[in-house]
Amino acid sequence: MAFTNDEVLAGLAELITDETGIAAEEVALEKSFTDDLDIDSISMMTIVVNAEEKFGVTIPDDEVKNLKTVGDAVTYITSNQA
Amino acid sequence: MTRTLVQTTGPAHTRIYAYGAARGENAVPNDDLVGPIDSSDEWIRQRTGIVTRVRANKETTAIELATDAAAEAVARSGIDPSQVDAVIVATISNPKQTPSVSAIVADRIGANPAAAYDLNAACAGFAYGVAQADALIRAGIAHYAVVVGAEKLSDVVDPTDRSISFLLGDGAGAAVVGPSDTPGIGPTVWGSDGSKADAVGMNHTLTEFRDGEAPWPTLRQEGPTVFRWAVWEMVKVARQALEEAGVEASDLAAFVPHQANMRIIDEFAKQLGLPDTVVIGRDIETTGNTSAASIPLATHRLLEEHPELSGGLALQIGFGAGLVFGAQVVVLP
Repeated sequence: MAFTNDEVLAGLAELITDETGIAAEEVALEKSFTDDLDIDSISMMTIVVNAEEKFGVTIPDDEVKNLKTVGDAVTYITSNQA
Repeated sequence: MTRTLVQTTGPAHTRIYAYGAARGENAVPNDDLVGPIDSSDEWIRQRTGIVTRVRANKETTAIELATDAAAEAVARSGIDPSQVDAVIVATISNPKQTPSVSAIVADRIGANPAAAYDLNAACAGFAYGVAQADALIRAGIAHYAVVVGAEKLSDVVDPTDRSISFLLGDGAGAAVVGPSDTPGIGPTVWGSDGSKADAVGMNHTLTEFRDGEAPWPTLRQEGPTVFRWAVWEMVKVARQALEEAGVEASDLAAFVPHQANMRIIDEFAKQLGLPDTVVIGRDIETTGNTSAASIPLATHRLLEEHPELSGGLALQIGFGAGLVFGAQVVVLP
């Protein structure tokens, strides 16, 4: 079953809250993981691994570097679902 | 007619008799390192859990650190040094490739003419050494072995590097391995993944440095890549080591992962689902990451601070440049 953009955004927000304590409503498509949300590289990788499991996608290390904003991650996940 | 050869066999079981430790002489707080990496004490603590790391004096060598740790382990073991017939030193940082650190250490601790060799398995070096000592003794090739992890990593750091240098410390940890009436070292789960050789290691070769083509070689890592591998891949290795030893996480008294980064240790313990009763080695907070030395140093500290752990089971797992990994469950002396 494919996830919609809204479902992926909501799911990501949940994972980000779990890892960092950032309020889910702070997590929006245009937010930068590093500059706006202040998520460090280790937390980012934890969120990525949890997102892989949650959404059934594979996000290679090289791809993680390209995920600058929450929107980048949502787009990557929705377009790479099995 | 060809004569039949003699092949040796040894005792059925082995165990660790004692640990020894030597740390660099100087505690180096984060504030001493933040300038060249435009960082702060808080930044380093948040990303690594390190408050201070130990670094040795300029004139102190990995050989001296290894000798001190080995001598303490032998003294505590109750074995006469002359009974030690194998000395294995895991190290990646001795600036002289040959002669080996191990031959000199063997001589200095009174174990001359023990078999002696160095091994390069980076942060998995101690677990590799324990695997070999266990196998050598059970095969009857050695009777008592000293396994040392020894590093002077401060010789291979770049003060301006933000990937790994600020984590690193200097030290040596050692263990004496010998025969046992009961099983004291579980099956080793070990391996490598050279396809990720670039994830962590030296950034240049010595010949490039000699020819003026590169600065002095220092350590670098792809932090996030290493983090993902060190937690989610290594958890599988840790679970396999438990399974092959025939124990559950709840049977453990202690968990001693390579002291790479407190964030790795915390996430690893979480993924492994360790009960609260398991004491976790967190020597990194004040020692830093000492590569091959980190597991025996952390275990040595645990036994000093929690003597009640003696006789309990510890899961140790090393992982690092190669990439390489090694894990086994041991009975704490």
